[in-house]
Amino acid sequence: MMEATMTERETQQTDIDRSNRKKVVEIRDLHIAFGDRKVLDGVDLDLYEGENLVILGRSGSGKSVLIKCMVGLLRPDSGEIKVLGYDVKKLSAKDLNELRKQVGFSFQLSALYDSMTVRENLEFPIRRNLGIDQKEKLDEMVKKALEDVALGHTVDQKPVELSGGMKKRVGIARTLILQPKIMLYDEPTAGLDPVTSMELNQLIMEVRKMYKTSSIIITHDISCARQTADRIVALFDGKNKFEGTFDELKRNEAPELRSFFDYFNE
Amino acid sequence: MSFKNFLLRLAEIARFVARFFKEAFYPPYETKEILNQSFRFGNKSLFLITFTAFLAGIVFTKQSRPSLASFGAESWLPSLVSQAVVRSLGPLITGLICAGKLGSNIGAELGSMQVTEQIDAMEVSGTRPFAYLVVSRVMAAMLMLPLLVVYADIVALMGSYTMVYFINKSSFLLYFNEATASITYLDVFSSLIKSAFFGLSMGLIGCFAGYHSEKGTSGVGRAANTAVVVSMISIFVIDLISLQVTSLFR
Repeated sequence: MMEATMTERETQQTDIDRSNRKKVVEIRDLHIAFGDRKVLDGVDLDLYEGENLVILGRSGSGKSVLIKCMVGLLRPDSGEIKVLGYDVKKLSAKDLNELRKQVGFSFQLSALYDSMTVRENLEFPIRRNLGIDQKEKLDEMVKKALEDVALGHTVDQKPVELSGGMKKRVGIARTLILQPKIMLYDEPTAGLDPVTSMELNQLIMEVRKMYKTSSIIITHDISCARQTADRIVALFDGKNKFEGTFDELKRNEAPELRSFFDYFNE
Repeated sequence: MSFKNFLLRLAEIARFVARFFKEAFYPPYETKEILNQSFRFGNKSLFLITFTAFLAGIVFTKQSRPSLASFGAESWLPSLVSQAVVRSLGPLITGLICAGKLGSNIGAELGSMQVTEQIDAMEVSGTRPFAYLVVSRVMAAMLMLPLLVVYADIVALMGSYTMVYFINKSSFLLYFNEATASITYLDVFSSLIKSAFFGLSMGLIGCFAGYHSEKGTSGVGRAANTAVVVSMISIFVIDLISLQVTSLFR
């Protein structure tokens, strides 16, 4: 079996057939620095239609920065980002908004609007983006999205009344309600117990099946990577140094990867 | 803060203000949220304004009366109080109360939304959070401040009349005839325009502080604190400018 190092920018073919799939995200030579600190230093990345791509890396390695650049929350210093064919850096505010409606973003801390109930959280993007105001239609959409994340009973609760795992699920439901083509998950299992983490990983897989999404999952949780990834890109020192399937990376002897996988083996 | 950072901060503020005007005057308008915020602002500050304006009316009357009496000009008390209240005291009391109550509220609310990524969540779902959160609050503050000032003026004059009644049992009608006779349209309009600017500056400062809050709980505290302190300073600066401008028309 081949090694999966990318030190010379050579992406090796994994066992997933990507030759016939459309690229939904293309990132080339992305650089971003905060002050003197280079966070991303020449990242190249592709996401294929229907794929679950895990971006693995230590805390502070720039994983979250990378996906924030994809939706225009952060502006890179240089490089190219194409999402669903749009060049993110060149989009007007209006076009960026249109793109954002097609990309779901699940935040690390869920980012539920704490002054609103779960129902209002889910209705908010529909009212503002689709202009739907009929109660029956809203109820139907909210009910479906919540049932898809198995939280139909929480509809009238406030975020403060929900557990961490439930908040993450509601956060995912709020993005699914707009039927996104791409899902970006920022540390989906951070701060959750192993059982809830496993359930959330299963939900990520179900979301792909139900909504036909392509996903990028940012994590440093090896269990999450194993359960959800078709392909893994490992980010170290601002560069995507390794790429491959879970098994390929697990067999890799590079010290950066060993620090992750040895811990997992224990 | 270095000079470069200071200039960068100024540019950030200018961009924020420009974005407010751009989003405020281009559809879709946030009418529903503006009304919602207006109700919240009015509701939150009404009790405090009633209390402080009434007391201010009493105190001002009690303190002014002996001086006027020493010149035998006690009958000028209603007109002195009404001019002071309409031109300066009413707008200042209302402005300062709102800066403390609403400025801190806006700064802390948006600050905590910023640090918990709620604003980012709105941004990435394409829901135009700037219009929803900032434009609505600033417009509501601009609308409500003049209304609250009119209310504060009336309450302060009621406080003043209460004091006068306890001293020499003057009739209500006589007091209010005297009080309103000396107020000009210029007094009223300048006071209303000034208070709309108070609302504009307070709303913009509160929203800017909250929207650009640093991460962490201390960031939220700083945002609320900045919103209050800078809003209060801005109220005095606007009051001074308004005084200069109004005096050109007198």
